[in-house]
Amino acid sequence: MSTSHNALAREGISIQRWTPQAAVFTLVLGLLLVVLACGPLFFPPEVIDRLTTLFVYILLASMWNALAGYGGLVSIGQQAFLGLGAYTLIRLSNAGLNVYVALVVAVLLVELVSIPLGKLMLKLRGGEFAIGMWVLAELLRLLVTLDPIIQGSTGTSLIAMNAYAPGARRALTYWMALALLVVLMGTLFLLLRGRIGASLQAIRDDDTAAASIGVNVFKSKQVLFILSAVGCAAGGALWLAASITFQPGSYFSPQWTAYMLFMVIVGGLGTFEGPIVGAILFFIAETYFGATGVEYLIGLGVLAIGFALFFPRGIWGALEQRHPLRLIPIGYQLRFARLKTGIGPKDQVE
Amino acid sequence: MLNQIVQGILLGGYYAILASGLSFLFGVMRIVNLAHGSLAVLAAYLILTLINHVTSSVVLALVLAMPVLAIGGWLLNRLLLQRSMRGGALVPILATFGLSIVIDNLLFERFGADTQSLASNIGALSYSSWNVGGNVYISQLDVLTFTTAIVVLGVLQGILSYTGLGRAIRATADDPATVDLIGIDSRAVYSAASAIAMVLIAFAGVFLAMRATFTPYAGSSQLLFAFETVVIGGVGSLWGTLLGGIVLGLAQSIGAQINPIGFQIAGHAVFLVILIARVYAGEFKSLGIRWSMPRSERPKGVSA
Repeated sequence: MSTSHNALAREGISIQRWTPQAAVFTLVLGLLLVVLACGPLFFPPEVIDRLTTLFVYILLASMWNALAGYGGLVSIGQQAFLGLGAYTLIRLSNAGLNVYVALVVAVLLVELVSIPLGKLMLKLRGGEFAIGMWVLAELLRLLVTLDPIIQGSTGTSLIAMNAYAPGARRALTYWMALALLVVLMGTLFLLLRGRIGASLQAIRDDDTAAASIGVNVFKSKQVLFILSAVGCAAGGALWLAASITFQPGSYFSPQWTAYMLFMVIVGGLGTFEGPIVGAILFFIAETYFGATGVEYLIGLGVLAIGFALFFPRGIWGALEQRHPLRLIPIGYQLRFARLKTGIGPKDQVE
Repeated sequence: MLNQIVQGILLGGYYAILASGLSFLFGVMRIVNLAHGSLAVLAAYLILTLINHVTSSVVLALVLAMPVLAIGGWLLNRLLLQRSMRGGALVPILATFGLSIVIDNLLFERFGADTQSLASNIGALSYSSWNVGGNVYISQLDVLTFTTAIVVLGVLQGILSYTGLGRAIRATADDPATVDLIGIDSRAVYSAASAIAMVLIAFAGVFLAMRATFTPYAGSSQLLFAFETVVIGGVGSLWGTLLGGIVLGLAQSIGAQINPIGFQIAGHAVFLVILIARVYAGEFKSLGIRWSMPRSERPKGVSA
């Protein structure tokens, strides 16, 4: 790395990762997080509930995007980890662990489970991986319904939540959601910004070529698989903490994947910001049209097809293409100090 | 136990029919059609509608549904599949999954959540069976299904092996770019292949509707069964789907004896066990659906 840096420096080119926009945006983001963290002190209860939902959507969309957008792996089975996260939380809580401690432990346990699963499933490619994950999710759903505690497809409740007053429960779940969102998005950011990010970019462009220049394709995909599993498990466990009831059919439902896919496709596959934009749009759409049920789902499906076929970059991808907008400093930009001719003062390299 | 084995083998006939369309389209276009199950359910509803409004004969309804579905397949190919193929490896997966959501929910909007079946339209065929000795009874419908599977696969194999269209399909599956150079329109071949796949789906739909009840959301389980059949059947010709179907049918039939939901668990579990076995045998590049065409050698490592 450093030799190439020196070579570039002799030519008067420097590499920068931060743009002024990104610096300003990071400051704004920091302030926003402080405000959000203090939310329960001044937001009304319904706003807290809705924001918790939004945090879960952003988390799920980003984690699905981590796998599809950066790993090139479309999974129709991420509900497997949502369901496992929620189910593990139920079991741990029934075993007497404090609910919020159990939530974190459940996520960590799913991480352990996802390691061997990833090793196996990542042998599949393309559509085979997509449906293979779905089979896995179905199998896990059926196995969970065999557990007597779950009472078949009837489901059960997170009874231990009764220990908390409604206000405290709402605030704690909200803080938990915000904390997990920040930690997991932060992890994704660091991964993408680090060495693995460059590997992933190479893999996404051409995994055979990447492998030939020494990128460990399998390992990079494995890291994303585990992160995505952890994120979805956190989403499932948080959803359970917020909604209390657990039915295997609703947590292990491919509907979740449909939502994640929609958010990511519309927001921008393979961009850090896109899934956040998509999650916010999905959140708004659900608020206004969710009650229409079937028509709403048809609309989501049609939009997903439309974006996939005609705007594969999504909203954020299209914005990024038109404007040199980099709010999250993941990529690299080259600065040409000596070239003051006005030709290509800045070139985006990602 | 013997009874379960016989029933399982016969059940494999249905899965072979169900999986043939998925396998065929993948073989030609390299697209795993995630809307496959939903399309089979759509075909079932189409046949049901024809029976309710046009003809009381199931056979006639099937014959009428075939051209409609074939045209649908041609349109699907032109409007969605070919465009999605140009968008890269991920787009066909995303677009066909989106399509399945649209189909499922449109069916729900049109037909509601009621379970439907054609069992009442086929008279004694739905419950008649033959005693083949001891306690083993085989249902006439199951025998018809299995026979149809063999005929359908045989005809498809015949088309691929001996007709001009079959040769064009095999050539296009091998190398669409070269085929274009020698004056075959690969896009037209793809469209024809999609139309054929939809005719196969018509058979899947009619047997789905006759054997059991179905609802608008039955598509996802049908997709999973079809996919498992193809993967278990694995490498080789179209007949692999029959073998895969039989293995899946046996697993489900025996699983059902152990536990009420063992039917599904055993099927999924066998799929995963075969997957793991192949991983540790170090067998695959791409597991499962490597659909080699009859009488044509594909260079090693080319098929993704």
